[in-house]
Formats: sequence, C-alpha cells, structure tokens
Amino acid sequence: MSKPWAAFIVVLSFALVGAGCSESSAEAGATHRIVITGSSTLAPMIAEIAKRFERDHDGVRIDVQAGGSTRGITDVRSGLADIGMVSRQLGAEERAALHSHPIAIDGICLITHRDNPVAAPTHDQIIAIYSGRVTNWQSLGAPPRPITVVNKAQGRSTLEVFLKHFALRSDQIQASVIIGGNQQAIKTVAGNPGAIGYVSVGSAQYAAEQGTPIKLLPMGGVPASVRAVAEGDYPLSRTLIVVTAHPSTGWTERLIDYAQSPRVHDLISEHYFVPITD
Amino acid sequence: MSRSRTDRWLLVGLRASGAVTGAVVLLVIAFLLIESWPASRHVGLSRWITDPSWYPTSSAADGRFNLVPMLWGTLAAAGIAVALATPLALLSAVFCRFYAPPTIARFYRRMIQLLAGIPSVVYGLWGLTALVPLIQHFRPPGTSLLAGAAVLTLMILPTIALLADAALANVPGDHLRAAAAAGLSRPGTIRGVVFPAARAGIFTGILLGTGRAIGETMAVLMVCGNIVQTPTSLFDPIRTLTANIALEMAYAMGDHRSALFVSGLALMAIVIALVAMADRIGRGYAYA
Amino acid sequence: MHDQAISWHAAWPAPRLSARRNPDRFIAITAWLGAIAVTTVFFWIVVDLIRLGGAQLTPAFITNAPTSAGRAGGIGSVLVSTALILGVCLAVSAPLGIATAILLAEFTREGNRYCTAIRRSLDTLAGVPSIVFGLFGYAFFCVYLRMGFSILSGGLTLACMVLPILTRTAEQGLRSVPDEYRYAAAAVGMTRTQTLRQLLLPAAMPGLVAGVVLGVGRALAETAALLYTSGYADRMPSSLADSGRSLSIHIYDLAMNVPGGEPNAYATALVLVGLLIAINATAVWLGERWTHRKLSTA
Repeated sequence: MSKPWAAFIVVLSFALVGAGCSESSAEAGATHRIVITGSSTLAPMIAEIAKRFERDHDGVRIDVQAGGSTRGITDVRSGLADIGMVSRQLGAEERAALHSHPIAIDGICLITHRDNPVAAPTHDQIIAIYSGRVTNWQSLGAPPRPITVVNKAQGRSTLEVFLKHFALRSDQIQASVIIGGNQQAIKTVAGNPGAIGYVSVGSAQYAAEQGTPIKLLPMGGVPASVRAVAEGDYPLSRTLIVVTAHPSTGWTERLIDYAQSPRVHDLISEHYFVPITD
Repeated sequence: MSRSRTDRWLLVGLRASGAVTGAVVLLVIAFLLIESWPASRHVGLSRWITDPSWYPTSSAADGRFNLVPMLWGTLAAAGIAVALATPLALLSAVFCRFYAPPTIARFYRRMIQLLAGIPSVVYGLWGLTALVPLIQHFRPPGTSLLAGAAVLTLMILPTIALLADAALANVPGDHLRAAAAAGLSRPGTIRGVVFPAARAGIFTGILLGTGRAIGETMAVLMVCGNIVQTPTSLFDPIRTLTANIALEMAYAMGDHRSALFVSGLALMAIVIALVAMADRIGRGYAYA
Repeated sequence: MHDQAISWHAAWPAPRLSARRNPDRFIAITAWLGAIAVTTVFFWIVVDLIRLGGAQLTPAFITNAPTSAGRAGGIGSVLVSTALILGVCLAVSAPLGIATAILLAEFTREGNRYCTAIRRSLDTLAGVPSIVFGLFGYAFFCVYLRMGFSILSGGLTLACMVLPILTRTAEQGLRSVPDEYRYAAAAVGMTRTQTLRQLLLPAAMPGLVAGVVLGVGRALAETAALLYTSGYADRMPSSLADSGRSLSIHIYDLAMNVPGGEPNAYATALVLVGLLIAINATAVWLGERWTHRKLSTA
C-alpha cells in the first residue's frame, strides 16, 4: 500500500475514532444536560445564573441559546429544550399547556443615538414616528435628519409588548430596519445617528453604561431606568418568566428554584433587571 | 468474467454507499415537502401572491402570507448583481487572456481565486461595516438594496470571471492564429472568434453566478435591512426570501414555520433550474 | 484554472492599421480599468480585514475562550467546535463520497441507469441553496432524529451539503488514472478489489484528497446551514451532543448582535480566511500534482 493512501486511512480513522470517542463519552459521562432556549432579553442573565449553578453543583451542564420567546415556547413544547425563556405574557392556550415561573421584572424603553438632541418625544410623536407620519427629526425640533425606524421582527415579544402599549397594529408600522434581538437593536441605533428603536430597559442601561453611544428616552414623563421599573412607576414593564412543559422535577426544578432564590439577585441586578421580592 | 468473493462484497458495499448518496437529495426534498404541507394546505395557492402583506402567524387564518415583495427583493438584488458582475467578469477574463502581461495576468487570476474563496459571512461583515456606513452617509438607513447588490456583485464576480477565463483558455489556438492570419484585429478576433467559441462556458458561468446570488443568505441578511417591501429605489431596504428564512426560522411556529419551508422549496426549485440549465449548456460546450 | 504557457500576445505582433487601433485601444483601456477597479475593491477588503482584525490576532486570541459575548477573550472553544463539526462532516461524507465515486468511475458503464440516477441526484443536491440545507437539517436531524442543536446535527447537515463536490472531484481523480493500469492489472489476474487497492486508489490519491479538501473548504465557509442545526453556544463543547458555534457563526453573531463586537469579528474573519486560503492552496497544489502525473503517464 503506497504512502499517501496509508496516510489517508490513518487520518480518516482518526476522524472516525474521534467522533466515536466523543459520542461514547457523552453517554458514559454522568453529566445531566439542561437545554434552555428563548427570549434574547433573558438569555444573557440566565447564562450567568447557569454558570453559577454549574459552579455550585457537580454533574450538570446547561446550554443557553437565544432565539426569541416564541422559540423558547416552541422548543419546550417540542421537547428540544427543557426550559423556555419568555419575556411576554403567555396566551390563554399557552398558559394552559405550560408551567411558568417568574424570574425578574423588566421595562421597555425607546432609545436613540446619544448625539440626538431630541430629549423626550411625546406618546403621540412616537406613534407618528412609528406609523410613518413623521419621517424627519426636524419635525421634532431637531436638526434635519431622516428618521431610521428600527423595528423588531415579527413574533418578537418586545414588539408585541410595544405595540400593545402604543395601541398600534403590526401593519401600521413603517420601519426602515428590521432586527432580531435586543443587542442587534442597540447596535443598529448606536451605529446610526438618525435611528430610533425600542429595547429592554435592562439591556439598554447596561449597554449605555458600557459606553455604547445610545440614549434612553423617558416614557410618559418617567425616566427609563431600572430603578423606575423597580419602584413600579415606569409605565411599560413586563415580567420575565421561564416555562417548562411539565411540573419541573430533578435538576430542572433545582435550577428554577435557584434562579428564583435571593442567591442570584446580584446577577439579576447586574443585568439591570429587577429581582422579584415578595 | 469471474469475480472473487471480495469483489462481490466490494460491489455490494459500493452500491449501498451509492444508494445512500443518491437518497440524500430525496430525503431533503421529502422533508421540505412534508414540512411545507400544512401551509400549502391552509394558505392555499393564490394567497402567496394575493395577500395584502407578509404578517405570518402560527395559524394561516389570521396571518397574511404574501411572498411577492420578497421575491422582488431577491430578484432585484440578484439581477443588479448579475448585471454589474457580468461585464466586469468578462472584462477581467479578456484582460487576463489578451491584454495583461503574463505576470500581471497570473497575479490577477490568483487574486480572483482568493476573492472566490472568501466566505459569504466575511463579505457580509465587510459590507456591514464598510459599505453600509458609507451609503448611510448619503441616504440613511444605509442597509439597502444597493448594499446587498454590491456585496452580491463581489461574491459572484469571481465565479463568472473564473469560468469565462477557463472558457477563453479553451478556445483552440488554431482559431486565433487563423484570425490573426486573416488580418483580424484583436478586438475583432475577441468579438468574432473568441466569444462565439467560448459562449457556452460564459453562459454557464453567468447562470451559476445567478444561482449563487439567488441562494445567498448571510451577506444579504447582514446588509439589506430586512424590511418586507417591493423596492422602488436603490436605497430602499429589502428582504430576500433567503434572509426571511434565516430571520424568522428562530421563532416561527405552526403554519408560519411551514410557510418558511414553502419559500425554501420555491428557492430550491429556482436555483436547481438554473444549475440544471448551466449544466446542460456546459456539457454541450464540453463535447462541442 | 489554466495558467497557459502560450502567450496570445504573440498572435498580434505587428502594430494594427490606424483605423483599427482605436477599438483595440478602447477595449484595452476598459479592460485595464475594470481590472484596476476589481483589484482596488479586493485590496479594500483585505486591508480592512488586516487593519481591523490584525491587532486582536494574538496567540492568546486563538487559545482563549470568548468572554462577554465574544467582545473580549478569544476563539478557543469556537475553533474546537469548528474542528468537531468538520470532523463529523468528513467522517460521514468522505467514505460515502469516495465509495460512490469508485462506483461511478470504476464499476459502471456510461449510461447505466442506476449510475445516471445517482449522478442526477448529486447534480440536484449541488444546486440546493445552503439555507435550504439548514431548513432540512433542522427538520430532520434536530427535530425528527431528536439530535437537538448539536455539533452532530451541524456536521451531518454539512455532510449532505459537501457530498456532491467531494464525489465529483474524487470521481474525476479516478477517471484520470490511465486505462493501461486496469488492463495491466487484469492481465496479471488481479481481482478488482486488489486492482483498486493497490493500483487505482494510490494513483488517484491526489484527486481523492483534493475532493476531501474542497469539501472541507466549503464546509468551513458555511454559515446559513449551521444557524439552526449546530446552534450558537460559544462554550467549550464536551461532547458531540453539545451545541457548538462555528467560526462563521461567531463572525455573524459578533457583527450583528454584539455592540462593540467588530474588532473580534474581524480577527475571527482573518483566521477563517487564512484557514481557507491554506486549504485552497492545498487543493490547487494537489490538483497540479495530479495533472503532472496524468501528463507524465499518458
């Protein structure tokens, strides 16, 4: 047998053995795996909680993936995920089929670029901007610049909460950019001085304090901040929950109890959400 | 012919592998059909083009499922890209074969090969950070049909240029010497002798490039802005069929999810038709 | 690509008549301008890649795990996931593709119906857009076979995707082996298995390896097919059942979803493009070796 042929066989068998090994190690290892998918608002915080949980408990591995609240619900129902992260209210049918566990409270706020001089657009102005009746910042007393309306993709829970608050219908919105998660919205607004978007107060405040050039606009006269959300003054807030398909047991139950316990309140606050204390 | 026993086993093994390989495409098509069945049944045939807009929901009754604006988005981006890339690619090939000094031609060809090897996500990254801010400077929001078409142009230019270059290289030297002997000028030879002889190869390249432009996902997803609308200007943000799948697959449920498989099936049909056409022309060319 | 030794400039040594010089000059100028434009854009991209990513590219970047959603840290775990995805992809596609190539090239006559069917289905598969592979992989591997978002799902999806190019290149490699080999083997009474193992496969090796290398290149560059199959998790995978993020998805995520993620996105892109250039160079080198062999034995 010639040399290159032998070398090829060796490489191939390595690949096969490698694949086989890692597969068997997955079966042999006693680690329990918990898959969590869903809301991109919750994902970064849950990932941190999961890391701490793994550190405190041996034999468990937690995979957290963002994909939107509805994805979390779908995955839990299809069995792809053990826990779904949800940042909107459950529908009646979903409430009947799933078990929900509140984790934290979050607000939704409008953001613009830091250099945008418009300080506090009114409720009606925001509706006018989002429904395409106002298309230039000049109409709001700022230097002329076309408004880039950043909207969330269909099915995103922040979109639903936002629409409900402003009594808008999805098809009334005249957007210039459609984005997926919170981070993408922040990134888009930070990169465009004429943009306006809406995101989780927690994500926005976190990004702003990290130096991202965005500005949080007040809502109904209340400045958008985690404190306002915590004190209950802020008009646009929602409860962040996780859902399971069955009454949780074993590792899943322990993880959810852990996430609801005061042991993770510092992590929740670190992500600019409001822990639930009662 | 007598065969040893190992030979028989070998043949059985090879046949089995061949069967698996051949079955993959059937499996792909079968799963696309199964997954798209609920939406095709609930939405029907006409609503994909007559619904007022694209607001899919998990049950077909409440949602709106008009795919046409995204089809226009796809066709506009791909069309502009092909229209821009084809002349540039042909010029590149002619440059390499007839006008550039050999050293420069070799360097240029290597460069085109490198361009062909850059993955689409890197083109997307570059488009997003270099092109979009540039366009945004003139006409916000910057994420637009123009950005998408520009990135696609760059992506398919190497495909067309390399295939055209190979086609020009395959024109028999005798043709050229005969043309020169007959006193034809260089442009006359290129137009009258070389291009007709290389026509099939060039068309193959253009068709494959078109297929690539229509099927491309990542780069357009990153630079086009993803608004569902029929573009009326180059600066309008658009959403293509491919980007729609990548964007909404994350949270689509029920008929919405199924609708995405329908658009996947449609895309696959378009691209396969193009590739089959390219293959037919290309084969005729190879035997000519 | 054909780097032809004959220069066709030689075909037009004498200056043209003045009436005919103008169109020639016009095309010459346009061709040069076009080439310069393409070159300019090429360098624009390359310079951006190096300028924006070069500074981050340190040995620590290659080995460290990503932190703060990839903004900081390196790409260690991402590289491991990428390698595992490629490993799964190759472990499945290489044996299947090469076996099919042997079947097509050595064991069937032109026009055999079984063979034509396989060939036709491979051609069709070659035309499927990558996002459609993603849809299929998600529906089949992740949901139907219950593999979830895992390296296994991603690798298998890519295996389906690279089968056509791998099989085609390997088949061409086998076909380029001169028939004299086969006649000689038959004359000395070798069985077909022996002929294959001792003569044909070694002779066609550069072609087979080139096929595998091209497949790896295609898989490495892929993003859309992996978005909904291998998933996003950027942690060090502990088994093939874990979700793992490939280099390409890492770039996408940093560019789209992480404010301040560009520098690391560019650095990752630099690594990815570097790997791809190395892979393509290998394929070209193998292809040249294979052509030489073909010429020297013909």
